Amino acid sequence: MVKEKTFAEEVQERSGQNITRCYLCLKCFVGCPMAPYMDIKPHTVIRMIQYGQKKELLKSRTIWLCVSCMTCGVRCPNGIDISAVMDTLKEMSVEEGLAHVSEKRIVVLHEEFLRSVKMWGRLHEMTFYMPLLFRTLDKVKALDLVSTFRSAVLLLSRLKLPFLPKQIKGIREIRKLYSKAYKTKGQMIGKE
Amino acid sequence: MALKIKKVGVFVCHCGVNIASVVNVHEVVEAVSKLKEVSIAREYKFMCSTPGQDLIVKEIVEHSLDRVIVAACSPRLHEETFRRALARAGANPYFLQMVNIREQDAWVTVDKQKATEKAVALITAAVKRVQDHEPLPTREVAINKNVLIIGAGIAGIEASLQIADAGYTVYLIEREPSIGGHMAQFDKTFPTLDCAACILTPKMNSVGAHPNIKLMTRSEVVDISGYIGNYEVTVKKYAKYVDYDLCTGCGICMEKCPSKVPSEFDEGLIDRRAIYTLFPQAVPNKPVIDAAHCLYLTKGKCGVCQKICERNAINYEDTDKEEIVKVGSIIVATGYSFAKPEILKDYGYGTYDNVYTALEFERLNNAAGPTAGEVTLKDGRKPESVAIVHCVGSRDKNYYEYCSKVCCMYSLKFSHLVREKTGAEVFEFYIDIRSPGKSYEEFYNRIREEDVHLIRGKVARVTNIPVADEEKDKLVVIGENTLTGQRLRVPVDMVILSTGLACNDDVIPLSRLIKVATDKDGFFLEKHPKLAPVETASDGIFIAGCCAGPKDIPETVASAQAASSQALKLICKGSVEVPGATGYIDPDVCAGCKICISQCVYNAIEFDEKRNVSVINEVLCKGCGACAAVCPNGAAQARHFNSKQIFNEIDGVLE
Amino acid sequence: MEVSYYPGCTAHSTSVEYSMSIKSVCNALGIKLRELDDWNCCGGASAKSLSNLLGLALPARNIAQAQKRDLPLVIPCTGCFNAVKRAQDALENDPVMKEQIEDIVGFTYNGNLSVKAIHEVVLELVGLDRIREVIKKPLTSLKVVSYYGCQLVRNPQVVHMGDYENPMFFDEIVAALGAEALDWSYKTDCCGVDASLTHTEVANDRADKICSMAVEAGADCIITSCGLCQINLDMYQTGEGYRKIPVLYLSELMGIAMDLPNRNVWWGKHIVDPRELLKSRGLQ
Repeated sequence: MVKEKTFAEEVQERSGQNITRCYLCLKCFVGCPMAPYMDIKPHTVIRMIQYGQKKELLKSRTIWLCVSCMTCGVRCPNGIDISAVMDTLKEMSVEEGLAHVSEKRIVVLHEEFLRSVKMWGRLHEMTFYMPLLFRTLDKVKALDLVSTFRSAVLLLSRLKLPFLPKQIKGIREIRKLYSKAYKTKGQMIGKE
Repeated sequence: MALKIKKVGVFVCHCGVNIASVVNVHEVVEAVSKLKEVSIAREYKFMCSTPGQDLIVKEIVEHSLDRVIVAACSPRLHEETFRRALARAGANPYFLQMVNIREQDAWVTVDKQKATEKAVALITAAVKRVQDHEPLPTREVAINKNVLIIGAGIAGIEASLQIADAGYTVYLIEREPSIGGHMAQFDKTFPTLDCAACILTPKMNSVGAHPNIKLMTRSEVVDISGYIGNYEVTVKKYAKYVDYDLCTGCGICMEKCPSKVPSEFDEGLIDRRAIYTLFPQAVPNKPVIDAAHCLYLTKGKCGVCQKICERNAINYEDTDKEEIVKVGSIIVATGYSFAKPEILKDYGYGTYDNVYTALEFERLNNAAGPTAGEVTLKDGRKPESVAIVHCVGSRDKNYYEYCSKVCCMYSLKFSHLVREKTGAEVFEFYIDIRSPGKSYEEFYNRIREEDVHLIRGKVARVTNIPVADEEKDKLVVIGENTLTGQRLRVPVDMVILSTGLACNDDVIPLSRLIKVATDKDGFFLEKHPKLAPVETASDGIFIAGCCAGPKDIPETVASAQAASSQALKLICKGSVEVPGATGYIDPDVCAGCKICISQCVYNAIEFDEKRNVSVINEVLCKGCGACAAVCPNGAAQARHFNSKQIFNEIDGVLE
Repeated sequence: MEVSYYPGCTAHSTSVEYSMSIKSVCNALGIKLRELDDWNCCGGASAKSLSNLLGLALPARNIAQAQKRDLPLVIPCTGCFNAVKRAQDALENDPVMKEQIEDIVGFTYNGNLSVKAIHEVVLELVGLDRIREVIKKPLTSLKVVSYYGCQLVRNPQVVHMGDYENPMFFDEIVAALGAEALDWSYKTDCCGVDASLTHTEVANDRADKICSMAVEAGADCIITSCGLCQINLDMYQTGEGYRKIPVLYLSELMGIAMDLPNRNVWWGKHIVDPRELLKSRGLQ
């Protein structure tokens, strides 16, 4: 019988990063552009993985705020790419159904982005943004609405937002690709 | 008496900008040239350099100088250099007088005028003084080629093997019944995880078998007299009550002895018998009787060991003996003790079960220890979680201020051993992780990869009062992870307290015996912290190993080899040079009051009963001048610092 | 010469002036851009955030198409470039992942595809000497800072772009165009565009930081080669405490130096209008 993997072991394996090597120098935290907005700082994320604090991490804002700029990874003296760890945590958060808890807008953005690509093969901004807005109306702040309106005006007036989407020829291939690699309900295939 | 004026050459050094930026050297040279005694006066940028010295030599020869003044830095730095230069020129080295216009002039003021004036005054004083310098001879004294080594831990063992292998006789004195020291108590050593006994015992056996090593265990040095090259050491050999010539080391006496005593070697975790060997691989592997706990020796009862010994080796009538050995040099390798600071009780030591000091835990791990190497709690269960607390009483103004260097590494080692033997979760609380040696960082990487939880934050307390379910029946370590800002209460089964290395309890009387000073932490003072780490202010006495400061095993071995090379250096030379600037007591003037003898800290003055005068042993004398200062009628003089020379100097300054 | 061309989703929308200027520059240099027959979205940040496999499979489909031709694949948008490079790295170095990707996309990787960023076309395929020959309007009065962003230079073991803390390849091109390439400390600081759509204050903070620092370094304009970075900096800089600064594409800068036609169309697409700056230097 194989011993069940701990949370730390699972994250280590799926992300391919040697998390145990971290000695909390905080270099990742200092270089991270998103750290000021995160609820759990990058170095603390690593420590919490070691402590097995799965729920807190998968419910956090932090993992979704990571923009994968990889500044942390190239500077870590122990060669740990924290952004890769964040990606794994994002996947796990979706698997556990915890993704919408803290950063619903970001996660819904990803979901709608992928829905648009599944539909057309390429992103169509206009039809992707509408569902994003309506699905997260409860989370939208006044500042965001003003900003969105402003952006829309600026881009539309410069004809930078095409009205009509263009579907690629091989759209069926895309849909087959999705069915094999991604189910909208957030279940993973291929994680033997 | 100097009637003829001696021709003096004055050499003033710039020392780069050290002197020249404050003292106007050119002005100084001009001023002193006007003195009637001064034949020539020169200046140079770096007098101690080869061209600088060559200048002095050249001028001495060219101008037939009788005396030389060098105005430069402190004589502590370059007096020897310039004396050798004089010797090269064919002059007596004691015709030199150095004037310190750096540490005592240029470096203590910014007033250029005053500095220049002072330089002139000091040089004038020296010019006057040097008129009365005498050509002091240096002598050579033959040395004894034997070496005494006090302490037979790994340092003493290593030093003794080096010297013995070189072909010379070593007296190795050890106060425990066996050699091996603290290293024999360890289980595995970092970073290689070598078994301590496996690497130590071959050396111990070599010592035991070596024809050149005269091993005296259960012995202590009680008196040292003499001087470098000619020491007379009194060794007290405590009664062993076992005749080693007869004993075969079969061990039956130890099995049958009914008297149980807490074993010091095992930190009291298990008992030994009154007749015992220190550990199974002891050298010599023969027992001694602990007289204070032997039923026969204290109460006249029992006597089983004597009855059962097939070789009749037990001798209850044994007594302490003294032996005098003659040696030329002494290596002190008395080692250290594990600190047991008061703070231990704050972490539950002595109050709760399962709180151990580092050395106690080391014994628990040792296969020959109280639990045969099993890491278990007091009730026999395997621990599921262990906390290791760094810096207990170290780096702490209230206890031991210094860092003991090795504790981070042995704590990491412990975490590895705990993980390996029990699979328990390990929490290490540290302030810094110090892993500076070869492969030490690699070892630290490995420990992190073994999923040991390293938490930066000093532990505040250890308590057994639970506030949550998971804390019941556990010891709770209270601390903070300073790097993530999380306050922690960590419930564990066992706590290990990593204490530092401290000096031995009896270091003060020992320091008086060997005449080597200790620093404020009780470690012996080396001659120079960087450039002379194994020599001491007492010539012929060297220090090796942890008695000079905390070290790990590689450093200890290196230090022992260094000390043995110092001893071998003396032996190779075969003789030692006695400097000429010693004291001298004029027997015609001496009244035999003996005040000087009471004042000499080097014990260098003896009383000649026949002539009723005090006589200075010039080999021991350091030329300090204390005798000259206290002598009521001026019989005692310090050569090279006699009254005439000093009064001349005073006259010169006042001019 | 001929290259395969993967425009990316924003080439026809938010970074349309980028693709316009690239086509114009390549035309002038005699480089034929052969668009991939049926390219798809690389997945952006979204695919890899929700599914590691999808994040590799989507760009891999473009590799499958490009490898059919015996041409290097040029990818101007650095976001797409990074995605394709990641997929290529997995196909070349992770045999388990390679099998999965090939199965999902339905192809066999032949290992012959060379993927190039736009500056590599300029530096390697064209060469700075040739560039200097075709310059009609040297940009001597212009002070430029080069903004590289994050996706182009990191992770070094995937993208192999050399120094990721202080890259110089854009600066070399800028200098060859005659402008003054200024040194500054924010070359590779992430602009945060992935959070911009949902967190306006983050977008403003990041854009302000980078743009104000460019102004402090003495720059007249910023050049970049990522469509997302450009739109983020262009649209979200507030100009609070500093003068607003135009953000140009590297290809647009080349277009000025080469005096290519219809540049006004490009400028019309920018949010912070570069025309005032360019007029003052006679470079409109």
